[in-house]
Amino acid sequence: MYGLGLIKGLGITMKNLVIPSRQFNVYQYPNKRATPWDLAKINNSKPFTYIAKNPLTTIKSFVGLVNVEEKLPQHPNFRGEEFAWYDNRCTGCASCAKYCPLGIIKIVTGTSGVNSQEGQSYDLEVFDIDIGRCMFCGLCVEACPYDALHMGSGFEEAQYQRSNLVIDINKLKSAEKKPSTWFRPQLVNQGHDPISGDTADWRKVGRHEKPSQEDQSERWAKR
Amino acid sequence: MTGIRTEPVTVNLGPQHPSTHGVFRLRVTFDGEEIIDLEPVFGYLHRGTEKLAETRNYTQIVTLTDRMDYVASMSNNLAYVRTVEDLSGIEVPERAQYIRVICAELQRIASHLMATGFLLNDIGALATPLIYCFREREKILDLFEMLCGARITLSYMRPGGVFQDADQDFWNALDILIQELPHYLDELETLISKNEIVLARTRSVGVLSDEDAIDYGVTGPILRASRVKWDLRKANPYEIYDRIDFEVPIGVEGDTYDRFHVRLLEMQESVKIITQCITQIEKGSIRADVPYFIRPKPGETYQSVEGPKGELGFYLISDGGVSPYRCKVRAPSFINLTPLKKMMLGWKMGDLITILGSIDIVLGEVDR
Repeated sequence: MYGLGLIKGLGITMKNLVIPSRQFNVYQYPNKRATPWDLAKINNSKPFTYIAKNPLTTIKSFVGLVNVEEKLPQHPNFRGEEFAWYDNRCTGCASCAKYCPLGIIKIVTGTSGVNSQEGQSYDLEVFDIDIGRCMFCGLCVEACPYDALHMGSGFEEAQYQRSNLVIDINKLKSAEKKPSTWFRPQLVNQGHDPISGDTADWRKVGRHEKPSQEDQSERWAKR
Repeated sequence: MTGIRTEPVTVNLGPQHPSTHGVFRLRVTFDGEEIIDLEPVFGYLHRGTEKLAETRNYTQIVTLTDRMDYVASMSNNLAYVRTVEDLSGIEVPERAQYIRVICAELQRIASHLMATGFLLNDIGALATPLIYCFREREKILDLFEMLCGARITLSYMRPGGVFQDADQDFWNALDILIQELPHYLDELETLISKNEIVLARTRSVGVLSDEDAIDYGVTGPILRASRVKWDLRKANPYEIYDRIDFEVPIGVEGDTYDRFHVRLLEMQESVKIITQCITQIEKGSIRADVPYFIRPKPGETYQSVEGPKGELGFYLISDGGVSPYRCKVRAPSFINLTPLKKMMLGWKMGDLITILGSIDIVLGEVDR
């Protein structure tokens, strides 16, 4: 009564304002406007030596013209853009396409290739993922029996046209492979961290090795 | 003042109004500043979830349930997944049940924090309490990111368990959060619940009596604020809630303040539940051996859980195929909107926003 509650509330606000460990983390997006103190911290020097050495940057940063890239903390389990697809792990079984709730993965296989599982030579001709309609639920990655398809950990993939959002087989082949550790315990055990920029080749990502070409033809083609 | 001719005015609140928490429209008739009639209009966010469910298989529907109540995806997943398990007779491993309960309770805290923050924002405590609530919610969302790779559209649960075990990062972060949370919640309570302005705006505003609450089928914190001690976690213990000791907080009067205060108390209880779960959980399997394409025997079932907003239930009919013949959702937000007229008639324009905020509706769930 008599405004005591108001004063108590204001006291809590004041506490949160003053005590450093209780302050709110404010992230500016996309880039952080850096003060001279921030710049000194980044360059591993003391603030006053930094100001004395770089007077021009200091003046610029006081006006607010110096930006520093700041990344939000992110867990390697994050499921996001840049699907990592390994063409020499993929058998074209289309489990992912069958399991996608929206049906946005298109796979066409032909007989032009040299793969010899199931006694027939075939190759993947089309592997399209329509990212514009994808909701990144990860069911395709969960369904993949050969660990050929992995989630990425990127976002901010805006494009001017919807057609640019369709990832085709060439894009997937040439893309930098930074698979997320989502639903891939073998990557967690290896200490793989896509956020810090670790890449993984096809030998690393599988639960087991893919059999060699000779073994495959022994097992399937010549039986 | 006789002699001045007055007539009632009809005002459209929404659909694009920040205080309606989505695209909800209220056609209100005012006599001066007093509400004399109102008519809720919804359906602006209708996406046909129930019909879409008929064209997808039982696992794929989990992704649809995320998008219904998008501030409490975990609870939606739990309700749906439990229905499928009941329909097809799947036994869930114990560890998976514990993880599910921990997730559902974390989600309850996140959802209640959001409800509290936006209620106070609507009252006019602009941004300050909302930011306090979002600071804690952010930590819970970070936990979900560690657990399942997403923050809002989680799709973490699968029929038969959860898809991925929680790693050590998660348990460490959860321990820290559980130690911090009671303190933060106390802070929120001292910040707000003794505040004279909040008390003046919410005390005895929009009272819903216990008979009315039961008659209208209201569930969740709103029912408990009206002095009815009904919680599905106690009344019909699902998962492992029968092994856990917790209280069901109830209100005093059934007004807006009680609805807000019951949520604060419930968050404290959720912290207790999570603490007990962490001590009881044991190592083991996290997913029953369930095929990708589940084909339950023909039949029907209804299962419900106590979601953050009330009794969230799924009714599924199977015809023996890979996708359900019919999927009906009992959405708590939708049914909690029905006594709106009872609560609001006779109150002023400013109280309208307060009462609507105290119901905590999410339009994704109302319209589905």
